[in-house]
Amino acid sequence: MDGLDGQVNPFMDLDQGGKCQAYYMWIDGTGQGMRGKTKTIMKPTMNPDDLPIWNFDGSSTGQSMGENSDIYIKPVACFKDPFRRGDNILVMCETLDHEGNPHPTNKRRRCFEHMEKCADLHPWFGIEQEYTMFDFTGTHPYGWPVNGYPGPQGPYYCGVGNDKVKGRKIVEAHYRACMYSGIKIAGSNAEVMPSQWEYQVGPCEGIEMGDHLWVSRWILMRVAEEFNVVVSFDPKPIPGDWNGAGCHCNISTLPMREPGGLEKIYEAIELMGERHDEHIYDYDPTGGEDNKRRLTGLHETASIDKFNYGVAHRGASIRIPRQVAADGHGYFEDRRPSSNADPYTITDRIVQTICLNECI
Amino acid sequence: MAYYIWIDGSGENLRGKTKTLPRKPNSVKDLPEWNFDGSSTNQSTGENSDVLLKPVALYRDPFRGGDNILVMCETLCPDGTPHPTNKRHSCKEKMERVHAHRPWFGIEQEYTMFASNGVQPYCWPTNGYPGPQGPYYCGVGADKVYGRKIVEAHYRACLYAGIKIAGSNAEVMPSQWEYQVGPCEGIEMGDMLWVSRWILCRVAEEFDVVISFDPKPISGDWNGAGCHTNISTEAMRHSGGLAVIKEAMANFEKKHIEHIQAYDPNGGEDNRRRLTGAHETASIHEFSYGVADRGASVRIPRHVQHDGCGYFEDRRPSSNADPYTVTDRIVQTMLLDNMALKLKDNSKETQTPDQIELAKMALALDEVEVDLKK
Repeated sequence: MDGLDGQVNPFMDLDQGGKCQAYYMWIDGTGQGMRGKTKTIMKPTMNPDDLPIWNFDGSSTGQSMGENSDIYIKPVACFKDPFRRGDNILVMCETLDHEGNPHPTNKRRRCFEHMEKCADLHPWFGIEQEYTMFDFTGTHPYGWPVNGYPGPQGPYYCGVGNDKVKGRKIVEAHYRACMYSGIKIAGSNAEVMPSQWEYQVGPCEGIEMGDHLWVSRWILMRVAEEFNVVVSFDPKPIPGDWNGAGCHCNISTLPMREPGGLEKIYEAIELMGERHDEHIYDYDPTGGEDNKRRLTGLHETASIDKFNYGVAHRGASIRIPRQVAADGHGYFEDRRPSSNADPYTITDRIVQTICLNECI
Repeated sequence: MAYYIWIDGSGENLRGKTKTLPRKPNSVKDLPEWNFDGSSTNQSTGENSDVLLKPVALYRDPFRGGDNILVMCETLCPDGTPHPTNKRHSCKEKMERVHAHRPWFGIEQEYTMFASNGVQPYCWPTNGYPGPQGPYYCGVGADKVYGRKIVEAHYRACLYAGIKIAGSNAEVMPSQWEYQVGPCEGIEMGDMLWVSRWILCRVAEEFDVVISFDPKPISGDWNGAGCHTNISTEAMRHSGGLAVIKEAMANFEKKHIEHIQAYDPNGGEDNRRRLTGAHETASIHEFSYGVADRGASVRIPRHVQHDGCGYFEDRRPSSNADPYTVTDRIVQTMLLDNMALKLKDNSKETQTPDQIELAKMALALDEVEVDLKK
């Protein structure tokens, strides 16, 4: 597409004169999109506290509060930049209003506070991020035939072969980029629908889950730019007999991981059952509307209206892996969050229910 | 190899040519003067078409590497006087006169990428438009940003060259970008911004893309492009500086028309298309300022109001404005037009007796100038 015809950008090897680039990223007013911009910093650092608070024009991102369009961005986590390399960094930020209070769209702050409160329970999370690749228009799935559909689902999941997987280059690039950055990427696989993929991030303790997952999403979208592919986190991108995309969240606390922990798991699941509506509300960015399209009871989902659980049960809201049942301790998997859910909101909701036993 | 760069007769475009030097120069003083044919760049003055090039700043060449350099030049007439199109000379003189105030600048250069045919913006659909503005500002994703490779290349090239590039971001209109250069003191602002523009146009050559500095490249509900200029003096940067900023506002208001004339290369005609009062611009007809107000001529950042000192942002200059003319006009209004040159008490503590003497001399020179004009 560009004049380099796919060749490597020769300017990226240039010496930077001792200065570094810090790419500040934040979540915008939609609660799903990410934005970012670059600042030159005078010396390398991986400590977010070394970096200045910055600001941006909230009126361009749906975050302006009346006449106050300046929104502050405060660094909270640093990762190595896999695109610019060297000492350049990616900086995850939270948004603050002009008085220094968390912006209304800042879901991280409350998550952070709750994670601090239950820190001695050491809540661990692992999120399975599913997504779909689209062509550069963003409207046609990548590699699907023009004016048609691929053959029905069946051969694509974990497949190999030109006729079974589309976009593996992007997946490979993303995995390596995440490993380089310091994101705790744990695995990946091709998914049931063609051009759909999944990767897992974790185990992360506390606030780390949200930070790592958001940055991994940014890296994915940015990697895909190099290939002229658009990544969609929509939970039901193609209606009909095609799988949706989720953000299954695996959860455990220290007591659950110890011998006899299975009992704690069942207790937690009971608590989750009592708060099904509250969780559904927090498990996508539109208060449950997005998930209505995905959680139909078909395609390995539970129905959005019912809460149920079971060992090795992929049609349930919560699945307890068979190995965990056999060992008597471990973790469990909440299959309800949609692929575009906010991991801060997911993990915040979970610890509120099972650790802090609160309702909003 | 030394690549000599100058601004041509349009006041907007850059030209350049290469000279071999026998050895690597240590400073600008080591570089010879040169000349070019002014009749090919709208700079010929009568029968004598030779225009002289005098090196004023040098930078490492990010394209040629090694010891090769880029050389920013000013243009002189054959008799050694500044060429009529040379706006740097006046700027430099004024910067020397106000040196004691230590004026700092930071310019936010916006620009639009076009396809190599120069007809439609880069990656825009032929015979159509992208979706409306909203998702592009600071965006990520192949459907939200176009041309990031060029931006990345330009940033690294500027860092290598020694240009004080401070940041960059994708802008509100697709294929529109911004980068910031600064903080630069005095004449450095103009030199660095012009060379950064040259580097940008040159980088884009490699990618088959054309850079436009037009302030309103696409009419209709699409953002224009500006050269917002952030400004401060020593007094403004210290405790109590907010009051000095407010004083400057009073002076700016009186000279609004003069500034508009200086803020694009066509005496305000270009800006007429951009400064409509919509798309985060102020109307061209009135001067206004406000805290965190992006619809005003001048915006005082919120943290500056909070801290009581800092800098302010003049949002009027258009993307194709000449930074020499812009910074010249600013120091003229802010520091030279005002006859009662005020030096804040606490800034006196940081100034040497020589600096205070210089400031008084500058004031005296001004008074002489006024007398001469009478």
